Amino acid sequence: MRLLRTFLMRLATTAVTLFGVAVIVFVVIRVVPGNPVAMMLPPGATEADVARLSALYGLDKSIAQQFLIWAGGVLQGDFGTSITTRQPVLALVLGRLPATLELSVMALVMAVIIGGFAALTGTRLRGTRTEGAIDVANGMALSVPDFLWGLVLILLFGVLVPVFHISGRVTPSLDLPFVTNFYLFESLFRLRLDLWADIVAHMFMPALALAIPLSAIIGQLLKQSLKETMHLDYVTLSRTKGYGENHVILREALPNAILPTLTLVGVQFTFLIGGTVIIERLFSYEGLGNMAIDAVINRDLPLIQGIVILFAVIFTGVNLLVDLAYAALNPRLRHA
Amino acid sequence: MSYLEIDRLSVRLKGGGPLLRRVSLQVAAGEVRGLVGESGAGKSMIGKAVLGILPRSTEITAGRIVLDGVDLLTLPPAERRRRIGASCALIPQDPLTALNPSRRIGPQITDRLVDILGWPRAKAEARAQELLAEVHIPDPERVMRSYPHELSGGMRQRILIASAFAAEPKLIVADEPTTALDVTVQKQILKLIKEMQERHGTALLFVTHDLGVVSKVCQSLSVLYAGLVVEDCAVRDFFRAPGHAYSAALLAATPKYTDAEASLTPVPEAVIAAVRAEVADADRRAQHG
Amino acid sequence: MLDGRGSVKRRAGARLWLSAGWLSLLVLAAVLAPWIAPKDPLAQDLFLGRLPPFWVAGAEPGYYLGTDSLGRDVLSRILYGARLALIVALVAGSVTCLLGAGLGLMAGYLRGWVDVLISRFIDIWMAFPPVLFSILLIAVIGPGLGSIILAIVIIDWTRFARVVRAEAMAQGAMDYVASARVAGRGRLGIMLREILPNVLPTIVVLLTLEMGIAVIVEAILSFVNLSISTDDPTWGGMIAEGRAAVHQAWWVLVFPLITLFLTVLSFSQLGEGLKDRFDPVLR
Repeated sequence: MRLLRTFLMRLATTAVTLFGVAVIVFVVIRVVPGNPVAMMLPPGATEADVARLSALYGLDKSIAQQFLIWAGGVLQGDFGTSITTRQPVLALVLGRLPATLELSVMALVMAVIIGGFAALTGTRLRGTRTEGAIDVANGMALSVPDFLWGLVLILLFGVLVPVFHISGRVTPSLDLPFVTNFYLFESLFRLRLDLWADIVAHMFMPALALAIPLSAIIGQLLKQSLKETMHLDYVTLSRTKGYGENHVILREALPNAILPTLTLVGVQFTFLIGGTVIIERLFSYEGLGNMAIDAVINRDLPLIQGIVILFAVIFTGVNLLVDLAYAALNPRLRHA
Repeated sequence: MSYLEIDRLSVRLKGGGPLLRRVSLQVAAGEVRGLVGESGAGKSMIGKAVLGILPRSTEITAGRIVLDGVDLLTLPPAERRRRIGASCALIPQDPLTALNPSRRIGPQITDRLVDILGWPRAKAEARAQELLAEVHIPDPERVMRSYPHELSGGMRQRILIASAFAAEPKLIVADEPTTALDVTVQKQILKLIKEMQERHGTALLFVTHDLGVVSKVCQSLSVLYAGLVVEDCAVRDFFRAPGHAYSAALLAATPKYTDAEASLTPVPEAVIAAVRAEVADADRRAQHG
Repeated sequence: MLDGRGSVKRRAGARLWLSAGWLSLLVLAAVLAPWIAPKDPLAQDLFLGRLPPFWVAGAEPGYYLGTDSLGRDVLSRILYGARLALIVALVAGSVTCLLGAGLGLMAGYLRGWVDVLISRFIDIWMAFPPVLFSILLIAVIGPGLGSIILAIVIIDWTRFARVVRAEAMAQGAMDYVASARVAGRGRLGIMLREILPNVLPTIVVLLTLEMGIAVIVEAILSFVNLSISTDDPTWGGMIAEGRAAVHQAWWVLVFPLITLFLTVLSFSQLGEGLKDRFDPVLR
């Protein structure tokens, strides 16, 4: 019951946050000097043409009025029409969303694997030089942002030793039989492993670039948490039963050490998603982030709004999920 | 032939001072031996050394730990672990931290039986339920399915006691098992431990700072000061006429609830000085010997 | 006890010196650029386009790290690029720090509606993808050094605000603050004279971190061509060009990347080193 109340309260806060985001974006992009419509028309267009097109996009009304119209539309599922492509914003945005989601999730999985491995190895070999080396590597991975890692990866595995692709989602010449834009999952679902391999080869480096900083955070935090857990009495008791170090770390300490890491990872995951904007640009990956940059450069107001709102929804959604997960798992462990 | 023989065991902090000074003691099969001393005297260390759970900051520098005729310290780590797991057990001090909070009670009792000793799961679970009944826990089936935080401290300690007897060990180390409990529960738990020990015939190494507990449960005892064994005798003899000045002082320091007039007598300075000198002597002899 | 500690101390010391060393080198390079740069960073010469660094065959003497597609000397451009990077780091870092720490301090100590307002603000702000927001702001405000600094401040002040708020709250609950109140000190006075000094170490560490972030944000903005409006060299711009020509002239990407990498790493490790220094003293 208490869980439900917390959930509803958080939902309310989230709604307020999203509203705030919408207002800010709306106002910010309309402060822009210069009429975006003017950019769309061929040179030689008359004042009247500009005025007509402006009216068509509702740009002649006051900001408050424009907001109300837009908000009203949103509540009915209409996010407006993109100025550059003349297509409905919602369709465009939802079309690109799967690409970014797949990339983010792949990065998250990689980060968990790498970070988890680093933490477990560091714990198993604590006090040795290997642990020290892991700490140094973690420190470096943590200090350098995904953007730079992406560039380093491009140089190492795209140019120096060309193993992976550094551009796009798939090799352009391939024929794709997909229904959705979830290329990674659908190729697996359809058992087209040749396509799947090509897609992974394209996604690997952008996902790795995104994953590296997060893996360092996970590695550090989990190792710290494990270190503390290993001192607890039930771990020592387990040793007296005859269990070896590996079992003790994996089966006794780890399940208890994971929870504190969870909330931080949730927040950091939202940062990772934010990072897709530049990483997608870097790797020419056809996702939401890439489209966002183009939208900004082209002053495509409705599209910008739609994308920013969608990102905000994802961010707040992830935060909400993490809080819920923590609240659900917490009572059991807080009693320890 | 004693079941456990500790022969001149020396333990020290890595890069630091000594914690156990050539400790020797014996525990016969089925015997209950008390390990007494003030905090930091090293009594817990002895139990930890036997069970192979000394802190990482310490190291064994000399001596033997002979369990059922085999020196544990000469065995490869995996074999030593297995032997200890199969024939020894620990009753820990704090029931609130000695159970894994994210696992149910049942697996925490049966895991040793299934993983280390290879019992079939059904047999292990039946045994666990039997044991829970032995320690007077009502509705063992429900308790097996519960999580630690759903149970009281007293109940958890009973579970830990039951778990210790699960593999029918020959030696149990009880590390101040009543210290962390409410006074009202202490007596019950003590009685339970004695009951279980007598029923199963297990040897017990009972670590405690409470001489009253020793008088109720132990047959023999070793008195420690700063990692040195200063007295080793039968309990009866100890309470009648302790051999060492320090032991006498310890006895005298125990509050006598029957005598309201008598004030608390701490261990006299002279006695402390004397026993410290004894420790220094022992160190000197060890260096040259 | 002694197993890991000694090496951690040694590592912390080395960290501090190495990062401070690199950053000092950078400052020198930036200040002395007009004198030590071998060539004019803006001078184009298409006949000297895409020359490799001096140890590779086909290099031209004087162009030590090679040239880009327009024949401009890479080394000189890197040296001049350091100027922008450091100015951004210093100015944007400091302003962000002032704004963020200031708001965080107020929210954490004054509590009440001030805290509610600021916290709500922080929540909304953190729902924006930072890079996207900064690109948006530049697109709106127009390019230029001032815009970059403003953009960085606007998107990253929350970093300071959250941490300083938490610390201020913790400090505010302590006894020495209560004594000050009893002694009749005003809230503003307490905030500035009692709480702030104790939160200062954290702020300093965050400041070094922020400077590294400022450099990165500027680099990203130049990468998408939304940074300064002039032709002055920027590391991000060089990286963008280098990325485009990565198969033909790898050095155009590699050298500014290494410089940027070491700079960001140094700022971050400087912060970590300082944190280690402060920690045992205060805790």
